[in-house]
Amino acid sequence: MKLWDKLMCYSRRRSPWLFHMNAGSCNGCDIEIIASLTPRYDAEQLGVRLEGSPRHADILCVTGPVTHNCVKAIKTVYSQVGGPKAVVAIGSCPASTNVFIDSRTVDGPLDRHIPVDVYVPGCPPRPDAILQGIAKAADILAKRGNNNPPMPEPVTEATTESTTAEVQP
Amino acid sequence: MNFTTALARLLVFPGLLFALPAAWFFLWVERKAVALMQGRVGPPFMQPFFDFIKLLGKTTPPRKGVADLLMRAWPLLAAASAAGAVGLLPVLPMSGGFEGDLILLLALLEVPSMCIIAAGFSSRSLFGAIGSAREAVLSVSYNIVFLMAIVSIAASQHTFRLEALAQLPASPLRWLGILALLVCLPAKLHLNPFSLPNAEQEIYSGPMTEYAGPELALWELSHGLEWVAATGLVATLVAPHLTLWWLAAVVFVAICFAIVLLLSVVATATARLAIDSTVRFYWQCTLIFVVLAISSALFTRLRS
Repeated sequence: MKLWDKLMCYSRRRSPWLFHMNAGSCNGCDIEIIASLTPRYDAEQLGVRLEGSPRHADILCVTGPVTHNCVKAIKTVYSQVGGPKAVVAIGSCPASTNVFIDSRTVDGPLDRHIPVDVYVPGCPPRPDAILQGIAKAADILAKRGNNNPPMPEPVTEATTESTTAEVQP
Repeated sequence: MNFTTALARLLVFPGLLFALPAAWFFLWVERKAVALMQGRVGPPFMQPFFDFIKLLGKTTPPRKGVADLLMRAWPLLAAASAAGAVGLLPVLPMSGGFEGDLILLLALLEVPSMCIIAAGFSSRSLFGAIGSAREAVLSVSYNIVFLMAIVSIAASQHTFRLEALAQLPASPLRWLGILALLVCLPAKLHLNPFSLPNAEQEIYSGPMTEYAGPELALWELSHGLEWVAATGLVATLVAPHLTLWWLAAVVFVAICFAIVLLLSVVATATARLAIDSTVRFYWQCTLIFVVLAISSALFTRLRS
């Protein structure tokens, strides 16, 4: 049984399948994700496969500052990924909402809605940085087993009001 | 063929014990060959094996409003029938077989594609339904050519027994039939000019969209076994008759490998065709060759 667990751990690290989700991104990071799959960087060496369905994926790659429109979609997609799963926030937008901070159409950063494991900063990040982030996420996947991290506390309207009030002069 | 030899063929060679590693190996060869031709390094050896093990350990997110038992049954049925088809291949000389096992092999080869159609529709996903409809149309197109090619080969050699077909020397007519079979293989294995049903990214994952975890692992496995069965069928028809059993096995694997490489080259060099072009290709261009093959087979049979 121990041997099986070791094999499973090793296989999880060697075969991270991605699902790429655009949460209001400007397409810069999306292009870099595609670049990391193309011949120059070739993510398939790590066993990476870009999947069409979130149900097939292990790692959810999210780009963009999380607009109001896509909050529900992000939660749905996250719940559709089978465990064990990891989330990689690609670019500065999902980490901090970047230049869109305090925009009324943005409901970021990403970790207000789903637990994030790896942040890959940059605007956009280089493909090598994205690959490193995916490799780190695969390591986390292998160690995590079937215990998924808890969902973040839902943000109430009152707290949002107060933060915006602080910023305004 | 008695019960023990049948069981040995199904479970050991060319059945599961051989077919599982062969399936993973062929899947790897296809991915690696495509990667090398695109100037990439490609996946490491044993990648399909790691994928399979990882998928076995994943949980399946709940599906609402779907007949769960039915969804579980399709990949199991597909993998089982593909394994049965591999077990029927007469790789070793004097391996037995029975009259009409070619027909059983064809039926078993057809079951996975039926399962894919059923799975897409029973998943109640829009993308699954589109993928299934495409698979059904594709199956109607290439199967005419595929089955007629097999019938022409069988008719020219007066037998529906695979072992007898493998032992008889190949006639020019048989080569015509084998060529028609090779044209059908990309459609049967969902490879690139005819990768319509699972059209990656275009319709998400087609019929597999709602599958996850161990069920998806079984689909991957059945796809790999289909590779072994389909290339193995062509390899048994092409391979020269050898009496040494180990030489026969080595030649069989080598020919299968060559066919996998050939299919990968075609898959890399082409882009996905639209459904109407695919149907037109099979009904207009390929059908003529097969009609030629089958009519000349019947003609030679009448003359003899």
